[in-house]
Amino acid sequence: MKLSDLSALFGFEAVFPAEGTTAIVDAYTSDLLSDVMAKAAEGSVLITIQAHKNTIAVASLIGIRAIVICNERAVPDDMVAAAKDEAIAIYRTTKTQFEVSGLLYRELRG
Amino acid sequence: MTSFPIDTDGGPQVVLELIYRLKVKDVMKSEVVTAPPTASLREVQVKMRDLGITGVPIVEAGRLVGIVSIGNIIEALDGGWIEDAADSRMSRSLIVLEDDMPLSFAITYFNRYGYRRFPVLDKNTRLVGIVTAADVLRALLIAMNQEVERLEEGLAKRRAAGALPEPSPGPSKAFSMSFPSRRFDFENAGKASAELKKALKGIGADSGSIRRAAIVSYELEMNQVIHSDGGVMEFTASDSAVSIVAKDEGPGIADLEAALTEGYSTANEWVRSLGFGAGLGLPNAKRSSDEFEITSRVGTGTTVRALVRYQEHK
Repeated sequence: MKLSDLSALFGFEAVFPAEGTTAIVDAYTSDLLSDVMAKAAEGSVLITIQAHKNTIAVASLIGIRAIVICNERAVPDDMVAAAKDEAIAIYRTTKTQFEVSGLLYRELRG
Repeated sequence: MTSFPIDTDGGPQVVLELIYRLKVKDVMKSEVVTAPPTASLREVQVKMRDLGITGVPIVEAGRLVGIVSIGNIIEALDGGWIEDAADSRMSRSLIVLEDDMPLSFAITYFNRYGYRRFPVLDKNTRLVGIVTAADVLRALLIAMNQEVERLEEGLAKRRAAGALPEPSPGPSKAFSMSFPSRRFDFENAGKASAELKKALKGIGADSGSIRRAAIVSYELEMNQVIHSDGGVMEFTASDSAVSIVAKDEGPGIADLEAALTEGYSTANEWVRSLGFGAGLGLPNAKRSSDEFEITSRVGTGTTVRALVRYQEHK
């Protein structure tokens, strides 16, 4: 699947869509950034509630392409600005981490 | 309440350093005038008048339970409930600062919430001080004066010595860089690691090694931001490996073995709320390194030396 599918298939709000045709190969769900660093695969989508700038720093370092912010958490402007600099997409949804994980699991592994 | 015209994110480096170096506890008043919940608003008002203050925290058994501001007193005089007990009329939705937070947090709070004062709690949520906008301004002016003085001295020295030409290193695959880090500066955390990643890409290191180096560097950098009084990250790359050295100036780690145990953490609540401080940092860094050595001394500081070897040579 590709980045733009996060909006097209699941209706997530594209806070910053980045390059929509970028392929997503995997996903990782965690709110602990050290855990994300250690375990998330390159080319993943990160499913989390950590809506702040440091999440972008972590994503950029390990090659995460997109972040899905769950539970409709507010995304601060400086996070969006950092995402633009690093070309990492940000999506937002009212769904929980569990629900988003389920949706992506079906697409990527189902 | 006017706001502080200070950019806590992108302001001048000197000012940024200053507002991260100064702690809330450096600027707060630690002798706080308080009243018990049973005190009448009249008694609180008399305290305010006699001592020339505009807000009184209401404290029960060392715990902050509310605050009575001069606004509450005016309303009470107006509405005729000045003889009521403080706890029936005080503000209970409190925004507080922690004494260990950098001054930048206080500035952000004043700008964001528009209150004129913030109670300050310690790690154990006991009331230890109060900060007004005037306290912050006073501390800032003193610190800025010292800083300007220091800069002027440096400038004079450089003029006297004559400008030195920048050394120009020849083209090489290797590089060497260093970056300072500051306590609780989450805004700039990660920049050193981003630069390291870029530089390693630039010399053609393989992507697996770059990832490992980035993890080591970022974890050590975050450790300095979260736990140290500030430090420096040094990167030295050769054409076969990159060395990452994280040095800080204290406070040092009392129990190294515990610090290297997954899940052990001394981070406070608001650090954890950002997704850090889960006790994974040092173990992560160690696992991603080919060589890893940590030395620490309480009161002196901690130095971590890590080496990441590239997997494929180009």
